[in-house]
Amino acid sequence: MRIEIEKRVEDLPKWAPAMLSVAAVVLAFLVGGIILKLIGGQPLRIFSFFIRNTFGSWPAFSDTLVKATPLIFTGLACTVAFKMKMWNIGAEGQLFMGAWFSSFVVLWPIVGPETPRWIVISLMIIFGIVGGAFYGFIPGLLKARYNVNEIITTLMLNYVAFEWVNYWIFDQWSDAGFQLSPTFEKNAWLPRLTDYARQFRAFSGITLHLGVVIALIAVVIIWWILTKSKWGFEVKLIGDNPDAAKYAGINIQRNIILVLMLSGALAGLAGTIEITGVVHRLQQQISPGYGFTGIIVAWLAKLNPTAVILVSILFGALIIASREIQPAGISSMLQGLILFFIISSEVLTRYKVKLVRTNAAAIGAD
Amino acid sequence: MEKKETLAIDMRNITIRFPGVLANDNVNLTLKKGEIHALLGENGAGKSTLMNCLAGINRPNSGEIWVEGKQYNFSSPKDSIKAGIGMVHQHFMLVPTQTVAENILLGLDGVGFFMNMKKFEQEIRELADQYSLHVDPEAYIWQLSVGEQQRVEILKMLYRGANILIMDEPTAVLAPQEIEGLMETLRAMTKRGKSIIFISHKLNEVKSIADRVTVLRKGKMSAEGLPMDDMDRKKLAQLMVGRNVIFMISKDEKEPGEIVLQVDGVSATNKRGVPALRNISLNVRAGEILGIAGVSGNGQSELAEVITGLRDCTGSIQVNGVEVANQPPLTAIQQGVSHVPEDRNKVGSSPNLSITENTILKDYRDDPIGDGWKINFEKATTRAEKLKESYDILAPNVETMARKLSGGNLQKVILAREITNQPKLMIAVQPTRGLDIGAIESIQRLLLEQRQNGTAILLISEELDELMSLSDRLSVIHDGKIMGTIEDTENASIEEIGLMMTGEISK
Repeated sequence: MRIEIEKRVEDLPKWAPAMLSVAAVVLAFLVGGIILKLIGGQPLRIFSFFIRNTFGSWPAFSDTLVKATPLIFTGLACTVAFKMKMWNIGAEGQLFMGAWFSSFVVLWPIVGPETPRWIVISLMIIFGIVGGAFYGFIPGLLKARYNVNEIITTLMLNYVAFEWVNYWIFDQWSDAGFQLSPTFEKNAWLPRLTDYARQFRAFSGITLHLGVVIALIAVVIIWWILTKSKWGFEVKLIGDNPDAAKYAGINIQRNIILVLMLSGALAGLAGTIEITGVVHRLQQQISPGYGFTGIIVAWLAKLNPTAVILVSILFGALIIASREIQPAGISSMLQGLILFFIISSEVLTRYKVKLVRTNAAAIGAD
Repeated sequence: MEKKETLAIDMRNITIRFPGVLANDNVNLTLKKGEIHALLGENGAGKSTLMNCLAGINRPNSGEIWVEGKQYNFSSPKDSIKAGIGMVHQHFMLVPTQTVAENILLGLDGVGFFMNMKKFEQEIRELADQYSLHVDPEAYIWQLSVGEQQRVEILKMLYRGANILIMDEPTAVLAPQEIEGLMETLRAMTKRGKSIIFISHKLNEVKSIADRVTVLRKGKMSAEGLPMDDMDRKKLAQLMVGRNVIFMISKDEKEPGEIVLQVDGVSATNKRGVPALRNISLNVRAGEILGIAGVSGNGQSELAEVITGLRDCTGSIQVNGVEVANQPPLTAIQQGVSHVPEDRNKVGSSPNLSITENTILKDYRDDPIGDGWKINFEKATTRAEKLKESYDILAPNVETMARKLSGGNLQKVILAREITNQPKLMIAVQPTRGLDIGAIESIQRLLLEQRQNGTAILLISEELDELMSLSDRLSVIHDGKIMGTIEDTENASIEEIGLMMTGEISK
C-alpha cells in the first residue's frame, strides 16, 4: 500500500468545507488532549470541566454567548472586507474607535442621566457605527486614492486608536485619576436578562444582554448583502477578479472605501456593544483582542456570515476557558491548534489523498 | 524488448483516466531524433494530458514511457527535466516582476545564494544567439510581449539542457511574423539535434513545419505517426474532428447603415507609458465589420481599451454621437458597447464565479436581472440556462465555475453575455484565439449574425484569414498608426497587407 496525492478535478460537495472546519476542531481537541496527557494532565477531566463551564448550564452558556457577541461583529467585519480581498486587520482599532465614539455620547456628555434609555442606546449605536466607519474610511481612502497597502495602514491605525483612547481615559475622562472612565449611568446600559430577575427567577445572574440580538440582526443583514444584493455581487466580483470588475463598469475605488467603511462600522459596533452591554465604562481592557480573533473567526467560518455565529461561540468558549482553566495557556494552545488544522485542511480542498494497492499501481513497469 | 536507439521518445499504450473521463485511451507516440512531430487534436482531445504525463505533471494509469532508449517512471517535473524533456506551456509560467535571467535560473540546482548575474546573463545571451531567440536577459517579464515571453520559456528549457521540447500550442499567442520567427527557431533546433513535439490544432502550421503527425480525437488515436507528406489540410481536419470541415465562411450582402463609432485623432500611451496610439481616426457603421490587422503589440489592445473606457486618451471617441473617451467603462456599456476582451481569463470572466454570475457581469444593474437593491438570481439562472442551450456551452450546469470551462466554452459564455443585450457596437479582440476549429466556426458565425442584426463590429485580430473572410473593410495598424484601409477585402492582396503590417508602406 502507498499513499497517492492527486489534484481534484471535480468540485467539492457543498458540505465539505463545513466538515473540514468541524474536523479541524475535533482534531485540535484530540491533539490538545494528547499533549495534556503527556505533560501529566488529565485531558478528559479538563475537557469536561471546560464544557461544563462554557456550555454546561444556562449561566455558563450565557457567559459564552456574551464573549461570542463581539466576536460575531468583528468576525463579520473581517468577512466583509476579506470577501473583497481587502485585508483589514484593524478591526481592533476600529472597535476601540467605536467604543470611544459611543462613550462620547455619555461622557462628553451629549445626553444627561435623565434621557430615556432607548435614546441613549440608539445614539451610542449610531455613534459607534459612525466612529468605526470613519476609522475604516481612512485606510479605504488611502488605498483607493494612493494605493497604500491597507494591511499596513489598518495595523498601524490600531495603535493610534489605543493611544487616542488612552489620552481620554488618562486625562479628560479619568475617574478619580484611575485609567478608566466613570461607570456609565444606568440609562446607557443595554438590557440584560438578570435585570428581569424579579419577574423571572431563572434569569437571576444571567448576564446575557440585548447585544446578542443586535449581532444576529447584523448577521442577517450582512448575509443578505453578500448573497442577494447588487453591491454584494460587486464585492464578490472585485474580490475574485478586479480586472473583470473594472471591465464590467464597476467603480473599484468607491467600493474599496465603502467596504472598509462597512467593515469598520461592524467592528465599531463590537466596541459599542461591549461597553454598553458588559463593561459599562471606557477603559483599556474592553477587548482581549476581539478584533484580531475576528480574523481567525472569519477564516474558520470560510467567509460565511452564518457560520460566523457558530465559530464565534466556539471562540467565546475558549476565552471563558482561558479564565477558568489553569494554566490559561491551554486555551491558547487549542486556538492555535484549531487554526493550524484549518489551514492545513485547505490542502484537502484542492487535493485528494488515496490509498493505492502497490501492485495495481505498478502495471506497466516490468 | 530492445529499444532502437534512434527514438527520442517512445510512449506505448498510454492510458490516463480522470474521474469520469478516459483522457487518453491506449495512445502511442514516437518521436525520432531531430524531427518535429505534430500532435494534433481539438481542444479537450487529450493532447495536453498526454504531454503533461511526459512532463511529469500527471502519471499514466498504465503504459510505458521510454526516453532515449531508457524506461522512465516520472513522478515529478524534475524527473522529466533530468531526462532532457522540456515543456513550453500554453500559459507561460513566468514571474512577471523578475527579470528574464532570474526566471531562467529559477529553481535550478547549482545556483548559489549569491549569484554572479553578469555571468549568467552572458551565458543566456550566447544561448539565445545560437537559436536566434532574441530577448534581453535584463528585461523584466512584464515588459515583454507575448512572443518574447515565449522565447524566454524556450530559453529556460534549453538552458536546463533539454533535448526534447514539447511546445503546447506555441503559435496560439503569436502574430504572423512571430510565428515565422518561431518556426525558424524550431528548425534551427532540430538542426542541432533537438527533437520537438508540436501541439496544435492549426492545420496550416502543422502542415508546414512537422515531419510526422499523430492525431487524437476524444482521447483515442485517429492517426499514429503518419508522415506529413501524405497529408493535406482536408485529411488532417477529417482525422481531427471526424467529419468534413468547411473552411471558408460565407457572408451575406448587407448595406451598412449610420456611423455608430467615430474615432477622431486619438492618441494614447500603453501601460509602460510609451505612445501606443498615434492620432488614430476611423469609423464603423451599423451592420458593418471593420477589421483591424496588425502584428501583436502595435496598439490593438490600447485601441480596444480607449473605446471601452479602460484607458485614457486624447482626441474624441463617439458612439452614436455620445462622447465615451476618458469616461468610466460604465458610460460605454450604457451606450450599448459590448467588448469581447483579448484576455478571456483575466479580463473577460471571473474564474471562481459561476456561469450564471459571469453572464450578468454587465447587466446586473438593470431590469430584469437587477431589482432595486437586489439581484434577481432566479431570472439570471433561467437566462443563463437559455444561453447555455442556444450557444451550445458545454458544462455540467450553469453553476459551474468559469475556471472549469475550456477556452472555447468560456469564450461562448463571454459572447453570449456580450450579445444578449443587442449591442449597438461590438469590440471583438482576438475572439477566436487559441480555440479549436469547431469553436472558431461557431464564433465567426455569431459575429456575422450580429452584423446581420445591424451591430457595428470592430474586429481586432491577428488571424489574417479570419479578417479577410469576415471584414467588410480592413484597416492595418502599425506602431499605433493606421497604415491604410482596404475597402474591398475580397480582392485584397495579402502581400500589400503584410507590408503595411510591418510599416513598409502606407496608403
